[in-house]
This record gives sequence, structure tokens and C-alpha cells, in this order.
Amino acid sequence: MRDTPQTFLLDGVPVPFHEGQTILEAARAAGRYIPHLCWHPDFPPHGSCKLCIVKVGGRHVSSCAMPARAGAEVESDTPEMNGERRALLQMLFVEGNHFCPSCEKSGHCQLQALAYDLEMMTPRFNHFYPDRPVDASHPDVLLDFNRCIYCELCVRASRDKDGKSIFALTNRGIHKHLVVNAESGRLGDTDFSGDDLAANICPVGVILRKRVGFAVPIGSRTYDATPIRVVAMQSEDGEGA
Amino acid sequence: MSDAPKLKVATVSLAGCFGCHMSFLDMDERILGLLERIEFDRSPLTDIKTVGRCDIGLIEGGVCNAENVHVLREFRRQCHTLVALGACAVNGGLPAQRNHLDVGQCLQAVYLSRQGLEGGRVPDDPELPLPLDKVHPVHEVVRVDYFLPGCPPSGDVIFKFLSDLITGRTPRISHPALHYD
Repeated sequence: MRDTPQTFLLDGVPVPFHEGQTILEAARAAGRYIPHLCWHPDFPPHGSCKLCIVKVGGRHVSSCAMPARAGAEVESDTPEMNGERRALLQMLFVEGNHFCPSCEKSGHCQLQALAYDLEMMTPRFNHFYPDRPVDASHPDVLLDFNRCIYCELCVRASRDKDGKSIFALTNRGIHKHLVVNAESGRLGDTDFSGDDLAANICPVGVILRKRVGFAVPIGSRTYDATPIRVVAMQSEDGEGA
Repeated sequence: MSDAPKLKVATVSLAGCFGCHMSFLDMDERILGLLERIEFDRSPLTDIKTVGRCDIGLIEGGVCNAENVHVLREFRRQCHTLVALGACAVNGGLPAQRNHLDVGQCLQAVYLSRQGLEGGRVPDDPELPLPLDKVHPVHEVVRVDYFLPGCPPSGDVIFKFLSDLITGRTPRISHPALHYD
């Protein structure tokens, strides 16, 4: 038996929800966008990127994981929350090597699109410039670890949908990084395929198809004309191309 | 034409490719209207070599050597408002791709190890500025007031930014004008 819809307030506007829905799911169902990177509609909440952070009753929570509660007052699209999201993006940008002009994902990249949407003008912090060699061993797919944001979407897709468990995160804290499940550590020595869901789910420019680079010119890409807050609500799976 | 004194603008390309300066010129004839409000001090456009007191300083490129540090600090001292113009000034950009490499090994690879360079040597003329071990965005060296990302920021974006700044509006570049590529 389905319960009658209850509501919570998202930035002062009532949003209906059903028992078991998270704040982010209910907001999406009501056509309200809450920024996110590691959340995907086909997977359980991951709660690692913290971009979907909202304030509920004065406390910070991840809206992708927090069940909606009747009468809750949720703050999301406010200068304070967007400022905190911008700071999170800035930390992601300086922690890896995100050089958009030389990245094939530029214009299709959700990290970049969120930074546009939140008007991130500067990385603000000092860059780490980590040394992360690329893996070009696979015939159809290039791995550029420089851009990894540890959302684990490829890990989850490969394990839970493709049934291959090609990817994993290893180590902790600043030493955390993406690894490939092969004796050699190389993607070319796995049964990874360009048709795997894991090959097509990366929100940034880590997992890239070979031989299709710049088929769509810079300036004509997903988020060049349309902001992510619009694209994310249009597409059926909640993600851009 | 207004009688107000013209604002002084200085520009420089540090570890950049002059692409942002070319993009500046992409504002085409609008530069004539701008010149009724501003005049250039040190800039590749005037070939003036030292920077005087200025209202606005535009910095293209990151900081890759000792001379860049010197020039950048001089711009900061002399300019009321300092702007990081373009991807390299904002995050190091293309020159910063060498940051995970050892600069000594880079120099050896370029000047000694390549085929046909037997007997070569790393240039050590005292006139040459020493390279830094890493390329830095300008905000890691001096305080920066505004950032204009883009590789390069378009002529439209530079024009809008400067127009806002010189007429006292808070410059704001948002989607779809805001680009990192």
C-alpha cells in the first residue's frame, strides 16, 4: 500500500515525497536540481563527493543518502551551500590534474559543468600536481588517472552491472587512487570492453574511448550551451552524455 | 567622450603563449571605444618595458622562472587591481604539465640526450632567468583580485569584464560565457 505523499520544504518550496525516498530523489522527482557527482540513479547512494550537501535543520547532510522527512526544512540553492560546494570543487580541482584545454572530456565533463554552474573562477588552493601516469594499454579505451575524483561509478558499474570487477580504489586519504584488477595493473590485460557500462559512466575524463577524440568540437558539447542543472533534469538517467 | 582621466592598464605574458593577448585583440573595433576610457602602460601592445602605477594589470601565463616572479611582484606592487587572465595564469595550464617531472632531467633531455645533440650543454648564460622547479598559477605567488579562466578567454569575455570593471560594475562571468577550455 502506497502512503499518501508527505512534503518537506526545499528552499522554502514544498516537495512531496514517499517513504524511503531520499531528499535528492524526491527533489529530482519534483523537478528540482541538487548538484551531485558521485550519485547516479541506477546505483545506491555513495555519499563520497559531498556536492549534494544540504542543510537540514541547521545540520549538513548528504541529500543523496538522507531520507526525506515530513516537515523538514532543507536549504540547498543558497549562497552558503553553493559556496561550500564551490570549495569542494576547488579541492577536487587542485588534488588532481584538471587541465580542461587539453582534455577530450571538456564540455561533456560533469566536474567542469558543475564548476561553471557554481561560477568557480579560480582553483583558489595550491595545486598538488600529482604524478599519475596514463594507461593506454587497452586497444579501445584510454585511462587518464589525472582526472579521477574517486566517485567509484566505474568500480560500481563494473562490479554490479558488468559483472567484471575491473576497477577498485586502493589506499586511503591523499594516497587513495584508482587501480585496475589485473596482475600487471594494466587495463589491456583485463576483459574490459568499450561496451561495458563502466566504460561509459565516468563523469570526468578518466575513461576515454580511443579514435573518437574531438568528433564533437569544443564549443558544441553537452554543457557548452546548456548548464548542468538543466541537462541533468532533462536526461532520463539523470546524467549528461 | 568623458573628461574623466583614463584608467591605466598594463598587460604581460609570463609563461603563456600570447594567445590571451591575441584574444584581447579579438574584441576588434570595440578596442577603440575602450581606448577612450583606458590607456596602456607596460604591455606587448606598447612595448613599454617597465610597469608604472596602474589601475588594472592583466597577467597572462603562469610563473615558470625567476624573471616571472620578479615581473609578477612588480605588477602586484604597481597595479591597483590585478587580474589572472586565462588558463595558465589561473592554474598553470600547459607549461605546468612538466610539474611532475624533475626540471634538471627535463633540461638534460632537451639539451643533452636527444639525437644530434652530442656535446651539447644546458644553456647557462647569466642573462637567462633560472627555471623554477614547478610552474605555478599566479595566485600562488601574489594576491590576485580577479580570475578570468579560458584557453583563451574570448574577446567578448575580456571586453565584458573590462567594461564592467572600468564602469564600476562588479564583473561577473557566468554560463555560457564562463569556459575553462
